[in-house]
Amino acid sequence: MTAAAPEPKANMGQPVPRYDAVAKVTGRATYGADMPLDNPAYAFLVTSAIAKGRINSFDLDDAKRVRGVIDIVTHENAPKLKESKLFSNGGYAGTTIQPLKSAEIAHDGQIIAVVIAESYEAAREAANRVKVSYSAATPSASFDSPGTTKAAAKGQNAQFKEDPKVGDFAKAFDEAEVKVEASYETPTQHHNPMELFSTSCAWMGDTLVIYEPSQYVYGLKNGVAEQLGIDADKVRVVNPYVGGGFGSRGSMTPRTAIIAGIAKRLNRPIKLVPTRDQGFTIATYRAETRHEIKLGASRDGKLVALRHEGAEMSSRADPYCVGGTKTTTRLYACSNVDSLVSIVRADRNTPGFMRSPPEVPYLFALESAMDELAVKLNMDPVELRRVNDTTNEPIGGKPYTSRSLMACFDEAAKAFGWAQRSVAPRSMSDGDWLIGYGCAATCYPTQMAPSAARVRLQRDGRTRVEIAGHEIGTGAYTVIAQTASERLGVPLEKVSVFMGDSDLPPAPVAGGSNSTASTCSAVMMVCDQIRQRLFKAVMPNESLTDKAKETVGIGQTPANQAARSDRPLDLEKAFDALGVGVVEEYGEWKPEGAPLDSFKAMHSGHARLVGGSAMKDKIAYAFGAEFVEVRVNRFTHEIRCPRLVGAFAAGRIMNPRTARSQLMGGLIWGMSSALLEATEIDQRTARYVNDNLADYLVPVNADVPDVEVILLSEQDDHINPVGAKGLGELANVGTNAAICNAVFHATGQRIRRLPVRLENIEV
Amino acid sequence: MRPFSFQRATDPDMALQALSAAAAANDPLTQATAQPLAGGTTLIDLMKLDVMRPAAILDINPLALSWSAIEPGAETLRLGALAKMSDVAAHDEIQRNYPVIANSLKLAASAQLRNMATLGGNVMQRTRCSYFRDVSYENCNKRNPGSGCAAMDGVNRMHAVLGTSDQCIATYPGDFAQALIALDATVEVTGKSGTRSMPFAELHKAPGNTPEIETTLQPGELISAFLISGRWPRSVYLKARDRQSYEFALSSAAVALDVQDGTIRDARVALGGVATVPWRAREAEAQLKGQKFDDGLAQRAADAAFADARGRRHNSFKIALGKRVVVRALQQAVTMEI
Ligand SMILES: Cc1cc2nc3c(=O)[nH]c(=O)nc-3n(C[C@H](O)[C@H](O)[C@H](O)COP(=O)(O)OP(=O)(O)OC[C@H]3O[C@@H](n4cnc5c(N)ncnc54)[C@H](O)[C@@H]3O)c2cc1C
Ligand code: SF4
Repeated sequence: MTAAAPEPKANMGQPVPRYDAVAKVTGRATYGADMPLDNPAYAFLVTSAIAKGRINSFDLDDAKRVRGVIDIVTHENAPKLKESKLFSNGGYAGTTIQPLKSAEIAHDGQIIAVVIAESYEAAREAANRVKVSYSAATPSASFDSPGTTKAAAKGQNAQFKEDPKVGDFAKAFDEAEVKVEASYETPTQHHNPMELFSTSCAWMGDTLVIYEPSQYVYGLKNGVAEQLGIDADKVRVVNPYVGGGFGSRGSMTPRTAIIAGIAKRLNRPIKLVPTRDQGFTIATYRAETRHEIKLGASRDGKLVALRHEGAEMSSRADPYCVGGTKTTTRLYACSNVDSLVSIVRADRNTPGFMRSPPEVPYLFALESAMDELAVKLNMDPVELRRVNDTTNEPIGGKPYTSRSLMACFDEAAKAFGWAQRSVAPRSMSDGDWLIGYGCAATCYPTQMAPSAARVRLQRDGRTRVEIAGHEIGTGAYTVIAQTASERLGVPLEKVSVFMGDSDLPPAPVAGGSNSTASTCSAVMMVCDQIRQRLFKAVMPNESLTDKAKETVGIGQTPANQAARSDRPLDLEKAFDALGVGVVEEYGEWKPEGAPLDSFKAMHSGHARLVGGSAMKDKIAYAFGAEFVEVRVNRFTHEIRCPRLVGAFAAGRIMNPRTARSQLMGGLIWGMSSALLEATEIDQRTARYVNDNLADYLVPVNADVPDVEVILLSEQDDHINPVGAKGLGELANVGTNAAICNAVFHATGQRIRRLPVRLENIEV
Repeated sequence: MRPFSFQRATDPDMALQALSAAAAANDPLTQATAQPLAGGTTLIDLMKLDVMRPAAILDINPLALSWSAIEPGAETLRLGALAKMSDVAAHDEIQRNYPVIANSLKLAASAQLRNMATLGGNVMQRTRCSYFRDVSYENCNKRNPGSGCAAMDGVNRMHAVLGTSDQCIATYPGDFAQALIALDATVEVTGKSGTRSMPFAELHKAPGNTPEIETTLQPGELISAFLISGRWPRSVYLKARDRQSYEFALSSAAVALDVQDGTIRDARVALGGVATVPWRAREAEAQLKGQKFDDGLAQRAADAAFADARGRRHNSFKIALGKRVVVRALQQAVTMEI
């Protein structure tokens, strides 16, 4: 075992190498824009240079003269498309702002024309030569701009159901012995996945094939069909690999139906590869948020009152919000809780999911405030979490299915050397550098959604798994292959997995960290169907389920696994008895508590996620604890984070290698979010300014010399058949607060606004 | 990007011929129809962004045979304009006798860029002002003379506090140029009518009323070499930035000192990340010369360096930051073991 492939502990799978590793490092993996098309035309977008107003006219003469230009599509001649509802209001779309519909402009960088040409270069040159005359109006850019509107989230956004509260917050806060009141802010952030927001659309008769990086092929297929007004069966979305998603590809963007419509009209496949900066405005982003936190505690650190008020930015058109109070009001024991989430509207594109959408901004606020409280109480922040740890969430009193928060704190604290911390701020240094230690809790809801799968087993053990899941870089192929291999008792090398194609059995959106739990539960169920058929053939009289259980191993402990391999099913015998060479099974799995319409919704591209805080009689979260060392230069005030340690517990760890990689990436992203990432908005024009990877900073290797991930063993039999909690979005939640807490320890200065930059430090 | 013709230089004469043939239009150099291509890490970037639209590209890399030598002579260091940043940074004698040069190069850009980029291209790199680099903003005096300056009251955290004008506050982004200007380098320019030399300090022009004119180089001229006299083993380059590597300076200082018996005989201070052009802080040097070093002196020098600084909304912090960077760079230079 190596650091990259940690030794599995109890209830962990094997750290097998990635299924797609060789294809990726050798460049054989084909991404959307790599797909060969027959005689394609190339599209290049023209996007608006104003955030609000109208287009008076286009001057296309110069552009049309560029050799190879086929067509220039504007609102005056664009294909007519039907509307699609917002994803969070039951539709497919990440925005309801439909470009090319009229001369109106609703946000910066809105698509206003599409140039189609014989080559990418010609399309780009012509796009550069399109001249636009605008009537610009004064836009509202963000929270402090005149002209914004603010209203409670509840009632606007169907996914935001409640402002959790319990007890009498006002009274309890009033009477509390120790209080913290503070405001926090998080910035606009963009996903910037490496793979650009490309799409290729090719019609074959009345059937459309879309090659596009998508985190939800069924959603995209149904959404585009809806917009084009055609049957969903006539649309196929193919993307075996996604070059990063982070939420940006979970909902449909307007580009796809536009390109599909133009391809239809021109009767030619069209490939669109937008630029990096266009990705900032033609897709979604993490909106800026503001928070007011009030904490009241007794002298011994017990929380008696907690209030979290959040405000989030959205577009004029759409009530998008993340509403992280559902988590922050339930994380710690506290009898008097109040909360409120509001949405502020400005002239912006509609924001959307970005890795741990609710938890990142909301836990930054809460976990910073907890640290402030620990300082006020003169208490070790780890101990503050311990006295407020709970087995039941305080709002509805529901029990956590499992909760290893304090075990994570203790393991991570030990590995980090928390005990060596000198408590007083500004008391540790090394040459030019002040040193600070900080920590924070991290958590993420455990979610599942209905999923189908098809599995085919051959006499020689070769197995083919088909499921329209998504490989967004997390290791989905790998853990699905492992699940089938373990379940059927066939060697891993014999399993092939097919994903990322809407012609395969439906799987949910790769979002909310539900993929492993959902797809592996479905694959496991279907594998069991196969085993049962085989068993029935060889042992027609035995009780089928019992035998299958015993032989295939439903249990997840190593002891059971050993028992399973002791008594492998003789495939030859079973196939002979059945009289066939191949067995194939299809099945649809849904999690406990899934709504009645789940399977129907699954086929029409609506993922019915259940879990987290929304379950009837329990609450399911994965937990972790993160410790960081921050160094602040006395002279330059530069802030570096040379060491990150995280311990995480997330039920069954399917593969310690891929899990570690996810969590490590999460810690690094969390650091990036705390210290580097922010999209700057020109307040006068409501335009994104640093919309490129030279100005929108993310860490480089030199920024992350030492990242340690500790996987804790945890067993949870109350969540889903595989017993796995999603962990893809677990690690980047706590890091923002951990770093600000460490900056406080280093400098004595509390930073409540992200990202922390050197100009915010006054040493 | 727009179509352009591409030609490869065979020798200096041919290169100069080709460039000056296209130079007739009398545009400022940055808008000249013909542009020399060295590493391409600035030029191709700006062409893709549609900011630069040359009709003709002349690849001058074949001239590396004669123009890329690193020659540390007894009296004078000569650096060919086509020497790669990485080669110069890694050169033993540069590291020993000119640490400020080696480090200004080593701390710039990324390993990949340094392998491609040349010294000549480096000093000619253009500002990173986001409004300049995005043609959808109409008002940029540098790109579009007379159109106004979007950065003045826009997002200007990265912008300059020294050498600014009402027309432009764009930062000169490079690092190496601070070392050159501090060491009183000479730049050798080769044109159709032969070779001329001038102080490096005369190469760049502050924006004033003509931010589109960035250098005194004329269309049809090429930088062929940089010359530095004397040795500067007691020299440092200190660079403050948002991340540990691969990022431009928020503030930097190139410092070279000649200290004998505790007295500063000569002092050179140049500032990066804070000024519109490579910036020599002569006021700071005047404070230092002939003095015994202590922290108070360093502070007075730093104050003098920024006496005329003017901050805007997001970049005022650079004044205090810049001073601390100067102080620390001076302290490091004084305590260097050489
Ligand atoms: C992401 C990124 C980060 C960077 N970070 C830094 C940094 O931290 N610090 C830093 O200093 N730089 C940084 N750079 C800039 C980089 O150092 C320059 O792009 C590079 O040095 C330019 O050299 P080149 O040879 O590639 O020039 P080219 O791109 O080939 O040329 C640049 C310009 O100079 C002209 N030119 C080239 N050679 C000559 C010559 N001999 N005579 C006259 N004109 C000439 C060209 O016509 C062109 O206009 C960064 C660049 C990028 C893309
Ligand atoms: S600072 Fe200079 S380069 Fe930037 S927008 Fe203003 S004029 Fe243009």
